[in-house]
Amino acid sequence: MSPGSPTALHGWGRTSPSVASVRTPTGAVEVAEAVRGAGDRGVLARGLGRSYGDPAQNAGGTVLDMTRHRGVRRLDVDAAVVEVEAGTSLDELLRVLLGVGLTLPVQPGTRQVSVGGAVAADVHGKNHHVAGSFGAHVRWLDLLTADGEVQRLRPDGPDPELFWGTVGGMGLTGVVLRAELSVRRVETSSVVVTSERHGDLGEVMDALTRLDHEAEYSVAWFDSISRGRGSGRGVVLSGHDARLEELPEADRGAPYAVPPPRSVAVPLVPPASLVNRLSGRAFNELWFRRAPRHPTTGVEHAFGFFQPLDGVASWNRLYGPRGLAQYQLAVPHDAAAVVPAVVAAVAASGHVSCLNVLKRFGPGTPSPLSFPLPGWTLALDLPVAAGLAGLLDRLDAMVLEAGGRVYLAKDSRTPAHHLAAMYPDLPRFAALRRRVDPEGRFASDLARRLGLLTPTPAREAYP
Amino acid sequence: MMDATGRPQSLLLLGGTSEIGLAVADAWAEQAPGLRVVLAARPGERRDAAAARLEGRGCRVEVHDFDALDDGAHVRVVEKARAGGDVDVAVVAYGVLGDPERAWQDPEEAGRIARTNYTAPVLSGVALAAMVRAQGHGVVVALSSVASERPRRSNFVYGSSKAGMDAFYTGLGEALRPLGGRVLVVRPGFVRSRMTEGLDAAPLAVGPDEVARAVVDGVAAGREQVWVPRPLRPVMSTLRHLPRPVFRRLPL
Ligand SMILES: Cc1cc2nc3c(=O)[nH]c(=O)nc-3n(C[C@H](O)[C@H](O)[C@H](O)COP(=O)(O)OP(=O)(O)OC[C@H]3O[C@@H](n4cnc5c(N)ncnc54)[C@H](O)[C@@H]3O)c2cc1C
Repeated sequence: MSPGSPTALHGWGRTSPSVASVRTPTGAVEVAEAVRGAGDRGVLARGLGRSYGDPAQNAGGTVLDMTRHRGVRRLDVDAAVVEVEAGTSLDELLRVLLGVGLTLPVQPGTRQVSVGGAVAADVHGKNHHVAGSFGAHVRWLDLLTADGEVQRLRPDGPDPELFWGTVGGMGLTGVVLRAELSVRRVETSSVVVTSERHGDLGEVMDALTRLDHEAEYSVAWFDSISRGRGSGRGVVLSGHDARLEELPEADRGAPYAVPPPRSVAVPLVPPASLVNRLSGRAFNELWFRRAPRHPTTGVEHAFGFFQPLDGVASWNRLYGPRGLAQYQLAVPHDAAAVVPAVVAAVAASGHVSCLNVLKRFGPGTPSPLSFPLPGWTLALDLPVAAGLAGLLDRLDAMVLEAGGRVYLAKDSRTPAHHLAAMYPDLPRFAALRRRVDPEGRFASDLARRLGLLTPTPAREAYP
Repeated sequence: MMDATGRPQSLLLLGGTSEIGLAVADAWAEQAPGLRVVLAARPGERRDAAAARLEGRGCRVEVHDFDALDDGAHVRVVEKARAGGDVDVAVVAYGVLGDPERAWQDPEEAGRIARTNYTAPVLSGVALAAMVRAQGHGVVVALSSVASERPRRSNFVYGSSKAGMDAFYTGLGEALRPLGGRVLVVRPGFVRSRMTEGLDAAPLAVGPDEVARAVVDGVAAGREQVWVPRPLRPVMSTLRHLPRPVFRRLPL
C-alpha cells in the first residue's frame, strides 16, 4: 500500500476542499492496518468521490481510496445474487451483470459510484417507489470496524443495528469491504420510456402521483427559472425494463448490448461558472422543448435512461472555481405544498438551477440516517454564488417546518443545528457509534461540520 | 468546517479587541448562527465587552489571554483554540500605528511598532501554519494595509512593518496551498477606527464594517487578496510606479 501522501480532496461539487493523507489499500489486511494506525484525525473510506459535498473527505486525517479494492467475487445467476468488493464501480458491475441478463435493482443517476459509496449513502433510483433504496437489496456486508476486525452483517442479524447503521451511515461505522447483493433478471439492457410534457408543476405532480401505481420507473425534470403560469413546467419520464419483444427487430439478436465505456470530458475549469442566468435559461428552455408535445413511448438503452449525464466526464468543472451545491430535499406526502413553494422561491431568487429533478419516494429503510421517506424528493444543482447561502437557509426552513430533510450524500452546507430535527433517529446513530467506535476513529469533514462526531446527541439549538 | 458557501463554524481572532476583527466576527455571526468565536486578547474591559457583545449575537465565545509581544504566546493560544475544535478561519487583527515622527527617531517606539506589526504576525503565522497542516484545512486572514504597497514619508515605519507582514503572509499563502490552507491578505486604505482617531480621514476612507464585508466576501469567493475599497487597487498600483521625485510632491 502507498505510504499515504497529502492530497487535496473535494466532492463532486468542487467546494470546500481539504487535505488528507490518502492511502490506497488493496485488501482487508491493509485496511485494518490503516484503521489501527489512524491518528487523532481519524480515518475514512472513500469511493469514487461522487458525493457532492464533503462526506468523502477527512481533513488532516487518513482517507482510504477504496477503488483498487474491487472486482466481482462470485456471481450466482440462478439465485440472482452477486458478491462484490466495495471499491467496484456500479458501471463495472452492471457490465458484468447485464452480460448474463441481470441488473442492479437500484441505480443512481451516475454509474460512477462504488458499491461502498452506494451502501454508505443508501442511494435511491427512479424506482424508489417500488424497489426502495440500495440497502434494501444488500444480503450481507463485511464491515471492518474501529478495532480492525471484520464482521459479516445481515439485515436480520447478527447485529442488525450495525448493519442498518452502516447503510446510510456515510462511512462512519467502519469500512465496507465486500457485499452480497440481490440482483434482478432482465430480458434486455433497454428500457421502454414514455415521455410527457406538462405545462406547470401541478400537472407534473399529478402525473407522478398517478405513475406510482403504473410505472416501474418514474421521474420528472422541471424548469426552475420560469415564473408565473409556466412555473415548474416539466417533462415526466416513466418506464419499465424492456422485454425482448419490445426491442426493435434488428436489436433482438444482442439484447444485452452495452455501449463501450467512453465519454468526452470537460478539460478545464473555466475562470467563471458557465452556468449563469443566460445559459441556465437556455438550458431549461431547450430541455423542455426537446420533449415532444404529446406523450411518446420509445425504447432507450438503460444507461442513457438512468445515467444521462455519464456521457460527459467532469461536467462539474463547468461550474467554475466556486463549484456547485446540490440541494436535495425529501418531504412527507402531506407536505407536498413545499414542492411548489421551493420552486417559486428558487425562481424568484435569481439563482439558476439547470438540473431539477422531482420524484416520489416510497417507504424508507430501518437505517437511522437513510434519506428517503414516503413523500416527495426534489433536487437542484446550484452554482455557488453570493447570496446562495441565504436562499438555501430559507429552503431549510420550509423543509424543517414540513418535517423533511436534506440528503447527506449531496449536502455541503446544512447548518449542524438542523440535523437532529431532520434525522430524528440521530440519537440512535450516535449511540451506535459510541458502541462500535468509542474512540471516534472514523471521521469525515461532513461529520465534523454536522457535529456527528460529538457523542452527545443532545446539542444546543440556536434560533 | 467551512461550508460550500464559505461560511465558517469557528473563528479565531488574534487581537480579539480589534475593531476590524470584531466587525468581521459580527458579519459572520449574522450568517452562521452559533458561530464559535475565540477571542485571543489581553484581559480587560475591552475584551469583556467584546465577548459580551458577540454572545449577544448568538456566538459561542471563548476568551484566552494573548499578548502579541510575548513570543511564546502565539503557539500557546493557537493550541488552546484548537483544543475546542477545528479553527476554520483565523484573523490576524492586531497592529499599531504608533507616533510616526517619534518612530523613526526613537528606538523604543520603532521597535514596538516593528515587533507588533511584523515580528509578532510572523510568529502568529508560524503557529497558524502548524495548525493548518494538522487540520488539513483552514483560512488565515491577515490584515495588512495599503501602506505596505508604497511606504510614504509620513509613516514609513508603520508602512515598512506592514510591507514585511504583507510579504510574509503572501508567501505563507503559497506555502499553505498544498496543505489545504488559504491565506487572504486584506489591504484596507484609511479605516475610521480607534487607531486613526484624531487623524484627518484620507480620500476613500472606509469604516470597519466595510472591511469586514470585504473579508467575508473574499473568504467565500476564495480570494487571496482584497483591497478595501476596491478602487484602491488601481490607485496604489499607479502610485507604486511613480518616480520618487513626483511621489514625494503628492499631498499624501
Ligand atoms: C451525477 C450524479 C448523480 C447522482 N444521482 C444520484 C441518485 O440518483 N440517487 C442517489 O441516491 N444518489 C445520487 N448521487 C449521489 C451518489 O450516488 C452518492 O454520493 C454515492 O455515495 C457516491 O458514491 P461514491 O463511491 O462516489 O462515494 P464517495 O463520494 O467517495 O463517498 C460517499 C460516502 O461513502 C462512504 N464510503 C465510500 N466507500 C465506502 C466503503 N467502502 N465503506 C464505507 N464507507 C464508504 C464515504 O466515507 C462517504 O461518506 C449522484 C451523484 C452524481 C455525481
